[in-house]
Amino acid sequence: MSAEFERDGTAWISASTGTRWVPVIGLEVHAQLATQSKLFCACEVRFGAPPNTLTCPICTGQPGTLPVLNATAVELAVRVALAVGAEVAAESKFDRKNYFYCDIPKNFQISQFDRPYCTGGGIQLPSGRFVRLTRIHIEEDAGKAIHDRGDETLVDLNRAGVALIESVSEADMESPEEAVEYLEALKEIIRYVGAGEADMEKGQLRCDVNVSVRPQGEPWRTKVEIKNLNSFRNAREALEYEIPRQIEAYESGDETRFPRQETRLFDVRAGVTRTMRSKEGASDYRYFAEPDLPPLALSESFVERQRGLLCELPEARRRRYREELGLSEYDARVLTAVREVADWFEAAARLSGRPKETANWIANDVLGGLADPKIEATSIDELPLKPFDLAELIALVAEGTLHSTGAREVMGEMLRTGAAPRALVAERGLEQVEDEGRLEVWCREALEGREQVVADVRAGRIKALGAAVGPVMKASAGKANPRRVREILLRIIGEDE
Amino acid sequence: MADTDRDLVLQTAALARLQLDEREAQHLGPQFEAILRQFRQLEGVDVGDAEPTTGATGVRDVLRADEVRPSLEPGVVLANAPHRVGDFYAVPKTVGGPD
Repeated sequence: MSAEFERDGTAWISASTGTRWVPVIGLEVHAQLATQSKLFCACEVRFGAPPNTLTCPICTGQPGTLPVLNATAVELAVRVALAVGAEVAAESKFDRKNYFYCDIPKNFQISQFDRPYCTGGGIQLPSGRFVRLTRIHIEEDAGKAIHDRGDETLVDLNRAGVALIESVSEADMESPEEAVEYLEALKEIIRYVGAGEADMEKGQLRCDVNVSVRPQGEPWRTKVEIKNLNSFRNAREALEYEIPRQIEAYESGDETRFPRQETRLFDVRAGVTRTMRSKEGASDYRYFAEPDLPPLALSESFVERQRGLLCELPEARRRRYREELGLSEYDARVLTAVREVADWFEAAARLSGRPKETANWIANDVLGGLADPKIEATSIDELPLKPFDLAELIALVAEGTLHSTGAREVMGEMLRTGAAPRALVAERGLEQVEDEGRLEVWCREALEGREQVVADVRAGRIKALGAAVGPVMKASAGKANPRRVREILLRIIGEDE
Repeated sequence: MADTDRDLVLQTAALARLQLDEREAQHLGPQFEAILRQFRQLEGVDVGDAEPTTGATGVRDVLRADEVRPSLEPGVVLANAPHRVGDFYAVPKTVGGPD
């Protein structure tokens, strides 16, 4: 990209013309549903299995076979719909989307075309924008085509027929950052309601981006689709390349360079998008109703049962943590990123009655324990440390039995072994020294030979006191209460004045 | 044959991955038109009072429990594949398919 742009809010201001260009972005996100078996057959869904070991006559499209819809897939899909406030259709149907490609053994994909199972709803982005959803539909995944092994394309059909939902947003976003926020929020919702893991590395969440640019206030122009973005970073980088590319094309004045309706692929290594093919129109897919599947009629009681299984969603939790528990935006975000962590936090905060301290311990120590290879836990629920123990530890600090350094040490041990904090404090002799007489002796010793500290403190440079607190803590083997030590040191310096 | 007929034939052939030469397109054009004419008769039927339907059988909600059953051995599913590399189906190099 040769031209330069200055960004102001969502506008990209061209250095050469001064025009304020605003991107228009919509996303189509495919998310894998957490079912045991495929959408229309009983083959197992498993990532990383040897090629073509999870297929059967149905998902390989053998003549004479019939698909039967997976009930769990429908339940999970409905939960996502309810979580984003979409309207679940009383009746929907499946359609065949016809095309020829080596990864689709039937030569059509079973999807939902004109009667998706839900429409509407939307997602609130943390930065403020509300992104409307057009629809979500249920469909089957294609197999995997591998192009980088030898002279031929190799096909693995293990993934063919896996249950997906495709969420289609309105073109409500105006920046790469908003697109990433939307993806993060959608991923979070899918995970929160237990509909899927949405692990991008395993291909469980894939997105296509539709993007165009227009001078601020002008009508929409031709959109370009960028396909198969398999990480949030790819999505952002593809947009950061594509937006200026389109603006430059328009500013060149050369109509042959203007964006045309097409599908582009993002080349991760080169960081550029390239033309893949001109876009098929819907008619090219020759959609027609899937004759092998009856319509899906979802009763109100079915939908309400799924609604009952929903938990409080991350955005609502964050708001509650900020407004009712007084947590910072940052802490609220850290705690709600994974549902299990948020649940764990709430259990510990309820027991301790001190949400802020609880949040600090989790953000600084407990989550760190999860990253420690010596502690074999992949989720917070697998840690030896339980919410009750954290609440106990917080109580020990609050009642003055344990000071913060000692508490850190105890926490380290609790994370590794799950030992009870009171027992650890007793066992290690970590109770704070409350004996004023002993504290005063240590303080007087610390001030001996530190005339400069005394002078500095008397001159109002209280910070200098730290040089005397350290030796006291050392003398007490860390068991003195640093706040109390400071008070005593100040009193002694004051007395001798 | 009108150009639109010819275009329709060629477009349909392209979607079906069929290669037609000009003579074949000329030959098939009128046949296409006759078939479409037949179907267009339906447009004359008054369906104003009919409820839209999504199926003819009246069957609804045929669902199965989410239970895994054994898949086929790769040797069995690949038995009729024209060409394979290891346990993969192998096809001529084709990069970048549709959705």
